[in-house]
Amino acid sequence: MSISEAQKLNTDQGSVGIVDTQYYTFAKPPNELKLECGKSLGPVTLAYETYGRLNADQSNAILVCHALSGDAHAAGVHEGEDNPGWWEDMIGPGKAFDTDRYFVICSNVIGGCKGSTGPSSINPKTGQSYALDFPMITVADMVNAQRHLIDHLGIGKLLSVAGGSMGGMQVLQWVASYPERVRSAIPIATALKHSPQQIAFNEVVRQSIMADPDWRQGNYYEYGQPAKGLAVARMIGHITFMSDQSMEEKFSRRLKNGDYSFKFGADFEVEGYLRYRGDSFVKRFDANSYLYITKAIDYFDLSDRKLVSRDKPIDTRFLVISFKSDWLYPCYQSQEIVRQLKAGFIEATSCEVASTYGHDAFLVEVEEQTHLIRHFLEKTTYGNGTLESGI
Amino acid sequence: METERWNLESKDARLDHQIIFDLIEPGSKVLDLGCGNGELMYILTREKNVRAQGIEVDDTAVYECVKKGLSVFHSDIETGLVEYPDRSFDYVILNQSMQEVKKADFVIEESLRVAGKIVVGFPNFAYIKSRVMLFFQGRSPITPSLPYRWYDTPNVRFLSISDFTDFSREKHLRVLTARYLDDNGEIRWLPNLRALNAIFVLAKGNDTSAAAGAGEAAGIS
Repeated sequence: MSISEAQKLNTDQGSVGIVDTQYYTFAKPPNELKLECGKSLGPVTLAYETYGRLNADQSNAILVCHALSGDAHAAGVHEGEDNPGWWEDMIGPGKAFDTDRYFVICSNVIGGCKGSTGPSSINPKTGQSYALDFPMITVADMVNAQRHLIDHLGIGKLLSVAGGSMGGMQVLQWVASYPERVRSAIPIATALKHSPQQIAFNEVVRQSIMADPDWRQGNYYEYGQPAKGLAVARMIGHITFMSDQSMEEKFSRRLKNGDYSFKFGADFEVEGYLRYRGDSFVKRFDANSYLYITKAIDYFDLSDRKLVSRDKPIDTRFLVISFKSDWLYPCYQSQEIVRQLKAGFIEATSCEVASTYGHDAFLVEVEEQTHLIRHFLEKTTYGNGTLESGI
Repeated sequence: METERWNLESKDARLDHQIIFDLIEPGSKVLDLGCGNGELMYILTREKNVRAQGIEVDDTAVYECVKKGLSVFHSDIETGLVEYPDRSFDYVILNQSMQEVKKADFVIEESLRVAGKIVVGFPNFAYIKSRVMLFFQGRSPITPSLPYRWYDTPNVRFLSISDFTDFSREKHLRVLTARYLDDNGEIRWLPNLRALNAIFVLAKGNDTSAAAGAGEAAGIS
């Protein structure tokens, strides 16, 4: 990136500008991170980014959690690159997560492949990639690792934890694991537990990767990714992220080359789109990470009052957002979250946003989410003071 | 003091809101079913330190509530209500929303399960101008409290004050308060004929003595 471009980004309203990914390593042996599966992992590195400034009493920190294939790069751009963060529209000066007021943190989950310790990382015991020697991780383990980072940053209580999809599961897990450290929670387009249908999709995703001979029982790092299997796995994902209506609007039955080829090439635009998405995913995401992370979200289950129980009253406020056309994480699953909150007398707001974008809505429906999140965070920050001032 | 201050400040406030505002104990827990844009919850939260939760089905109204810093669930009244444990609130408010639910009797029963007292505000179908329109003109009534035409009304239940008094008696509900409103203010005489709106505070139990005056007044017309 040229200097003038960088300056432009810096002065553009709403961008956090140039950002760096940072790394925090902890759980060095013998103090390894204990995992839910019973095994231990260490040392553990978390890649993370921060935006905005932590205030003097550390009360303005918001942890943003990414979805299945996301990473720590949630906003701004890296020096010399032009890829904005995955929630660029929501994080920045004057945006929903206003970096003029809040200190926003995002870290790559453990098990991931974007700088945090995962199956593609080098196992210090062997000098090789972990591959399938990597222990099975859960959403609770991801959150436990994030807690170490939050400790490291000197933050006692987070103003908010927010995220969509698998990020929303981490939000819920934060409240289940460390309610005293979360003032407010914003789970978006997510669920208390994976349904059989959701597990089924993930199983097809995993089988697709593992059926590729190039997967080599996970030991493919010297040879290259199981490209075919991983691409098909991602194609399945992209089908579930969109709604019937958004596919109709985006592709309809439009043809790539004007006519049927009467061959098995990509005749339809939707076929071309899925192939493109699949192939580009192979270049950016580790196949084993996809296996581990899909398994982690299949294991996720905070139903039956595991989120909030009456025996353990909490004062975390909730904003639960779902999208009407999301059939991967349908609104009824957000209502199940709300049901537990009602039973636990938790102060909460829920909103089913009218959107045709399906599950992708949490990344693209900026205006409604901004309205909801901005006001919710103001109320969380100032309490009834927002009422007095008539905000 | 709080009441006076609010009345002074909010000359435009709806009269039904003022009456309900006065009826709610400070610091209580309130569930407002069909809370609309949250005007009533807002003033209760601000002036009476009430812990208020709303339930509202309309998207725009939900966004308005959030803008006011209020807690609201985006849901219809029936499903929103049944999920609460017994006695979760001190009051359930059903103001100008009961007539929009199909199973009104069920909603009242459920409201009395989740709260000790319920506040019900509804338009009076037996208001004199309604009667005139129906009897002399042979037209469905349109009044200030029932302003809709037959094809665009959100209301699905049409009742009079006497209907509701009968209902309370049949269901062994205790009428703790009954207030009647027309365009200009409260009225006490011949409410079933003269009132546009009614506000009842109900509790469980078959002791109707608390409501003797109200019941009789409603019965006159």
